[in-house]
Amino acid sequence: MSDLASREGTAGATGRAGGARRRWRPLRTLARLNGPQTLGRGPAFWIGFVVVCALVGIYPLFSDGWTVGNTAYFFTWTFMAMGLCVIWGYAGALSFGQTAFFGLSGYAYGVLTLNFGSAYGFTFGALLIGVAASALLALLLGYFLFYGRISGVFLGIVTLSVTLVFETFMAQTAGPEWTVGSARLNGFNGMTGMPPLTLPWFDGDIVLWPDIPLYYLLMGLVIVCYLGLRIFVNSRFGNVLVAIRENPDRAETLGYDIRRYQLGAFVVGSSLAGLSGVLYTAWGQYITPNSMGLYAAALPIVWVAVGGRSDLTATLVGTLAVLWVFQTLTIYGSQYALVVMGALLLVTVLFAPRGLALGLVDLAGWSWGRLRGRKARNGQGDA
Amino acid sequence: MLEGLFAFLFQFGDAFAFLVLSASGLAIIFGMMGVINLAHGEFIMCGAYVTVTAAHAGLPLPLAIACGSLAAGIIGIALERAIINRLFDRPLDTIVATWGISLIATQGTLILLGSTMPGVGTPLGSFEMGSYSFSEYRVVLMVIAVAMMGGLYLLFHRTRYGILARATIQVPHMASALGVNTKVMHSLTFGLGAALAGLAGGLYAPTMTLVPTMGTAFIVESFVTVVVGGADVFLGTAPAAVVLAFIKAGMTSLYGQLFGLIGLLLTVIVVIRIMPRGLSGWLLRGRE
Repeated sequence: MSDLASREGTAGATGRAGGARRRWRPLRTLARLNGPQTLGRGPAFWIGFVVVCALVGIYPLFSDGWTVGNTAYFFTWTFMAMGLCVIWGYAGALSFGQTAFFGLSGYAYGVLTLNFGSAYGFTFGALLIGVAASALLALLLGYFLFYGRISGVFLGIVTLSVTLVFETFMAQTAGPEWTVGSARLNGFNGMTGMPPLTLPWFDGDIVLWPDIPLYYLLMGLVIVCYLGLRIFVNSRFGNVLVAIRENPDRAETLGYDIRRYQLGAFVVGSSLAGLSGVLYTAWGQYITPNSMGLYAAALPIVWVAVGGRSDLTATLVGTLAVLWVFQTLTIYGSQYALVVMGALLLVTVLFAPRGLALGLVDLAGWSWGRLRGRKARNGQGDA
Repeated sequence: MLEGLFAFLFQFGDAFAFLVLSASGLAIIFGMMGVINLAHGEFIMCGAYVTVTAAHAGLPLPLAIACGSLAAGIIGIALERAIINRLFDRPLDTIVATWGISLIATQGTLILLGSTMPGVGTPLGSFEMGSYSFSEYRVVLMVIAVAMMGGLYLLFHRTRYGILARATIQVPHMASALGVNTKVMHSLTFGLGAALAGLAGGLYAPTMTLVPTMGTAFIVESFVTVVVGGADVFLGTAPAAVVLAFIKAGMTSLYGQLFGLIGLLLTVIVVIRIMPRGLSGWLLRGRE
């Protein structure tokens, strides 16, 4: 990345030396918000984006605490979905075990905060340590996977096995011998009682219970993550990732070390899964081995596949939509919810392989194109 | 000492039988079609449920197991016709689709048949060796595992179906040009894999609790065996099962069941780094 940036720099310096058109570096980075790898560009899209953000921002004023907390709960999952979107949609490597990182970071947050408390903003330190733990595990696991050059399907089943074994391991930690410091892992019942995220403030700490302050914090994080990932996938690194997804052999012949790029994407995506784990644990002060089991592992796949894995915006919107539908279903007929999920997955794969959200965008574009084509033809006929 | 050794050997044989029986269906579908069937555990569950239902209806156990296997095979063929054959050129989507099937099957069974089903007791008795006692049924399972590998070898090398199926995976277009109906071959192969999964379910049904999620008890072991083994059933799955059974039995007798599983997982992660195409890819490395 630095290589290209420096080359660009010298080209700019020699080509249009001192010219007014040469852009300031942060501005160049910001320009990557738009690019070939993401849908939506131009003033119309960004005005829409600001309007949506504003609507999401004022929404708590017109709602009750429970609903706002619940929406914050939806937000906690979006990071894992966006991470999987990078790994699967952009890098073309399907990982089934993102919940392993979710669980690892969640448990790390629990153990750390139960031992060291929440004073002096330590909960945010625990958040960072939890995410770092996931990044480290992803680096280690990804090294064996990508540097072994295993093919797509194997990656899926090895990562799935990791999360299932991790679940089995945590499920048997019920005994009193499984304690880390003063934190009991508590087996299948899970850990509880860790403090929520706590902001140190001048006149006492602000404890972020699942309510309006936490909502704004998570909303900010979602926006920062979304924009950051847009820049990431439109950068040189992201373009190479897409090239690898489209044709690994060609990318390799062009001189890219595809293992390094895929490992990079895996670490980024898994850290985001870890972030989801920490935020989920902090949101409900609760984490159980169930969140790493087969069904939990299926959920991110459903969100990303149904939303549209090849685009960040589609994934984000799709994830929130599926989460909302799933919760509504669970309220009205909990046992059928999983059947509907499975059917949704099947229908998406069979009939809208690019995802439902992207499928709708395609359909709209197609009918818009037809409409304009007809108008143009009619116009010609009149003339 | 001698009885300790025998106990270890028994545990090894037990682990070997479990790995071979639970993985062979998955391995055949993967090796022959390149499809990873994430609904594998649900075919096992289906075999177990049908077996137990048939046994409760009065059929003798071997016949009931055959029914279970057959039912899983028929469902497998139907699913292949309806869904899998539309996704051949998209391997990652096949995983996702079979996972969708798995979700529907597990939850559907839970809704229709409830959270558990009364089982049948483990048949046959047990025998004593020194201070240990061993189940005879487990010995039968070991024999069946070995016999099944032999039977599959004969099936793929001595019958018309086997030769056509191997031709279909080697050069599909050529096989098709020579008049092999490759679609039927794919359906039959998927059905065979599903039937083997059902057989595993039927064989282990008497030893387990019947719950809709029982497939997950098999899934990690069978994945690990297939990844370590690679694409060939005979040169891959069988030797992989030997190696993994040794590790599993060793870790289990030293540290307990869970560490047997963790040992398997660590083995697979190291193996893919050294032999990305599994044992069979490594054994056959000069031949392609």
